[in-house]
Amino acid sequence: MSLSLFQAMIRMATPILFAALGGCLCERVGVINIGLEGIMLTAAFFGVLVTYITGVPFLGFLGGLASGIAWGFVIALLTVRFYGNQVVVGTGVNVFGLGLSAFLSQKVWGSRGASEAVAGFGNLALPYFGEQTFFVYLGFILVFVLHFFLFATPWGLRLRAVGENPQAADTAGVDVLRYKTFGVVAGSAVASLGGIFLSLGHLRFFAWGMTSGRGFIGLAAMILGRWTPVGCLLASLLFGFADALQMRLQALGILPSQVILIIPYLVTILVLSGFVGRVTPPSRYEPYRKE
Amino acid sequence: MVILSVRGLTKRFGEVVANDHIDLDIAEGEIHGLLGENGAGKSVLSSCIYGLYRPDEGKIFLRGKEVPITSPSDAIRLGIGMVHQHLTLVPRLSVWENIVLGREPRRGARVDRKGALAVVERLLEETGFTLDPLERVENLPVGVRQRVEILKILFRGADILILDEPTAVLTPQEVDQLIATLHRLKAQGKTIIFISHKLREIFALCDRVTVLRRGKKVGTLPIQEATPETLAEMMVGRRVFLEFAREKVEKGEVLLALQGVSTDPPGIPLRNISFEVRSGEILGIAGVEGNGQSELAEVLVGLRRPKYGTITFRGRDITLASPKERILLGIAHIPEDRHRLGVILDFSIWENLVLGFETEPPFRRRWIALNLRAAREFARQKIREFAIVAPREDVPLRTLSGGNQQKVVVARELAFEPALLVACQPTRGLDVAATEYLRHVLLGARRKGKAVILISADLDEIRALSDRVLVMYEGGIVGELAPESDEYQFGLLMGGKGLEAAKATSSS
Amino acid sequence: MRQQKLRLPPELFAIGLAFLLGMLVLLVTGYPPVQAFLALFRGAFGTRNAIGQTLTQATPILFTSLAFLLAFRSGIFNIGVEGQFLIGAFVAALSGIGIRGLPSLVHALFALFLGGLGGALYALFPALLKVYLGAHEVITTMMLSYIALYLTSYFVNYPLKAPGWVAQTDPVAPSARLPRILPPTQLSLAFPIALGCALLVFWFLERTVPGFSIRAVGLNPKASESRGIPVRRYQILAFVLSGFIAGIGGGGEILGVHGRFVDGFSPGYGWDGIAVSLVGRLHPLGCVLASVLFGMLRAGGMTMTRMTKVPLDLSLIIQALVILLVAAPFCIQYLGSFFRGGRSS
Repeated sequence: MSLSLFQAMIRMATPILFAALGGCLCERVGVINIGLEGIMLTAAFFGVLVTYITGVPFLGFLGGLASGIAWGFVIALLTVRFYGNQVVVGTGVNVFGLGLSAFLSQKVWGSRGASEAVAGFGNLALPYFGEQTFFVYLGFILVFVLHFFLFATPWGLRLRAVGENPQAADTAGVDVLRYKTFGVVAGSAVASLGGIFLSLGHLRFFAWGMTSGRGFIGLAAMILGRWTPVGCLLASLLFGFADALQMRLQALGILPSQVILIIPYLVTILVLSGFVGRVTPPSRYEPYRKE
Repeated sequence: MVILSVRGLTKRFGEVVANDHIDLDIAEGEIHGLLGENGAGKSVLSSCIYGLYRPDEGKIFLRGKEVPITSPSDAIRLGIGMVHQHLTLVPRLSVWENIVLGREPRRGARVDRKGALAVVERLLEETGFTLDPLERVENLPVGVRQRVEILKILFRGADILILDEPTAVLTPQEVDQLIATLHRLKAQGKTIIFISHKLREIFALCDRVTVLRRGKKVGTLPIQEATPETLAEMMVGRRVFLEFAREKVEKGEVLLALQGVSTDPPGIPLRNISFEVRSGEILGIAGVEGNGQSELAEVLVGLRRPKYGTITFRGRDITLASPKERILLGIAHIPEDRHRLGVILDFSIWENLVLGFETEPPFRRRWIALNLRAAREFARQKIREFAIVAPREDVPLRTLSGGNQQKVVVARELAFEPALLVACQPTRGLDVAATEYLRHVLLGARRKGKAVILISADLDEIRALSDRVLVMYEGGIVGELAPESDEYQFGLLMGGKGLEAAKATSSS
Repeated sequence: MRQQKLRLPPELFAIGLAFLLGMLVLLVTGYPPVQAFLALFRGAFGTRNAIGQTLTQATPILFTSLAFLLAFRSGIFNIGVEGQFLIGAFVAALSGIGIRGLPSLVHALFALFLGGLGGALYALFPALLKVYLGAHEVITTMMLSYIALYLTSYFVNYPLKAPGWVAQTDPVAPSARLPRILPPTQLSLAFPIALGCALLVFWFLERTVPGFSIRAVGLNPKASESRGIPVRRYQILAFVLSGFIAGIGGGGEILGVHGRFVDGFSPGYGWDGIAVSLVGRLHPLGCVLASVLFGMLRAGGMTMTRMTKVPLDLSLIIQALVILLVAAPFCIQYLGSFFRGGRSS
């Protein structure tokens, strides 16, 4: 593998990784987050919008992150507090993200397709990694932070318990609803980083539907990675590699992009069906009702 | 010295008085048995002590001081721990993680894994359990999981341990180990409240025993003064034998025969069950719940495949017949848990009445079309015939009272003249009138020459209705009694005493 | 009990609230809310053509919502309706192009039927994976939707691409086109077929033995099994029928509106179907009303944009709000009791 392909792989893996990690946090508390796509798109948009208004990319970053946290609270409210159907809520989030970003994009820039270019984040060169924005490194760091959080801290232990057996966690004195809410909000926030990376780190403008299914691939990576941060990283790298390869081959006109784009989805189905080793999600996606 | 005492504790659920002014004194360092039949109020009493239920009246004293216990966390704080019948562990976490969950020892931001493991090791040493604290709970057999549950309580510093029917899910070997463990805990000064309906365990374990019957305390006595006979009698009671006008009915041909039927888990494994039922008789299956009765019913109606043995119905082998085939052959079923197995609450009355027969004429006409008119007419007729109180036949079943829901089940099951009726806990949750009615229905079926298998935990009911009674214990049939036999004989068999012979053959 | 009287269905409340919130969005962003909504309604129902356009937009969503509903009634969460819709569209397009020599309406209906079969087959995979391997249908159907998207996209970009720079197939034979029933609008025979489909689903669920069994399985699989209904068989049947309806929907869109398979022609009709189904209270006739509502948002949105410069995407925002509010009925109840409580105290 050439170095440039390796670097492209890491770049392409980053948004998938954030989505996968975000999805992972949500599923660990028993919420399947179909809305990752919408969360990322919303964050990508607000990242650019705030940067456009203030001229400061860092504020844009915070704006995007805030939108992710806001989504987290909305999803948690609807699914955890009001026992709403998780899949339907997720679908709503996706539609809303698409609608709102396009609506406001038209209002602000007069174009539904793309925003004006804004200032982005500078690159940071490291050996082997090459010129990458700090998001790429942030992703890697986050993997280890989350791994530590989930598997070494008391809060991580409780979070996992809440997702797997809320009754048991409850009898052990863990506040189930609070941990569920926390997992969903944190997961949504992490996923939103993927969106911000796409707009502020990668393209430096907002384009209609620019997440193009990465939220769903993130879910796929999460399943393939068996709901662990490190697994998510490896699966994201795999899918990122497919993505990078796809662009390379397409440029050369060897293999149609669609063929490679199918791979992550196909792999996920095979994994879920037990053809590539059995996996079971850490939770049943059910709301917890006390009593 | 008395460590825990309960005074005048009363708990009502609607009309039902589950605990009726119960006084109880538990001495420090003793193992105190709570003995009683199903529904005697043992679990409710212990749940009140543990704070899961709020008693309606009465007080709880700990070391002579009145304590308000409004939630399990209060109980835990006071040093009271409880092992529930259904275990509350997180399967995919390891043993030690389950033990420390919610009270993790910390070192900075992380769980002090070393510290936690050291504590767990110490607990293991104290209790004499051998298990690997790093193993995931999902990989452990039930008996070992229960030990984890006990460790969890000890980790939280409990001095008083309540164990609610802990042996219900265990194999005999695991029971012996549990008994040894509890003796050891007692030696360390723990106080244990042990809930059971099994006499053997009470005798093997307890210092004193309190017997409950129908929500009331019958008495407390030291184990030295108790004999199996006295306890069985206290538990079952000298009751008025319910007299039903049971006419003589000629017994007919053998309808159903089980030959050496055994099953595997999940559920209580059935062990080598053989019996016959003839037309015109009611065969009662007695026993404390959870001894395989539900599994037996499932085998009879085709929801569970036997691993060994055969079932014949009217001379035909139906061991592998599907539930549908059995319905059409004339095996009717009044299931134990109506809401789960018998009816669909969101279906209308008429839909519930034809459920299972919807594929047959007159309800199906030509290919796939349902004959709504016939179905509704059928429903109206059944509503009249069985005096089901309902505004119309198309209201959801959910809107009916429990007794009327049960009538819908009965009406459906008897609609097409079945030859055999399997009735499981048919009167559970019904009021007096509905219960009476249902018992007459069963006797009526007998009179018409049907065979009835009546599975019930209510011994009075069994004795009043049955022609013969089989007693189930731990998945096997441990004896047959005439319904007129002494109560305590039933009590002994149901408690697992007097089956030494049966045990010897099954374990060999 | 007191609340029983004069109680609006929560779905209506959700729709009303969604429109109010939509107006709020307009107000905040500096558009004239009232004019915008008037334009939207006029664009949806104001003229004969507007109505035709609304119904045209409602047609595919009616199909997909019926598809979702049928599976849902058996307890299956088929969120991959989009994938079955695309496969159905693709197969119908191929049948429209490849088959020759059939009389015109026969050809169209046959192609539609084949599209339905394509969708059914595509639903059979996740059905078998769920019933026999325990793979959660939410994930598998979602993934299969994307696979369908890329698979069809591959074919229309490469082997089956018509000359020109647009990624699309050749047009279907004229005999395979579904006749337009309200020219000059695009409303085609697909709409009455969809209505017929709704009635058929209603009849099937309420008046037939398999429909009865499917509902029983969806409401209480344990009791159904105990009463002799083969649960797995009916779950598979419902899944496959769901795919069949979705496939017809895709075919109808191709043979009725586009006349060829165009890459990315579906703006997510399958996903809309989930929401429409829920807004329609999971009842076939409710789906008819709800799909007209969503069709109105799409069709009227265009007029609204033309007349008031409000971006078309407002429709999406309102749709999303309806979905989010309907998804959590307890939320609506809570809001309702909050308002009621506020008024009385």
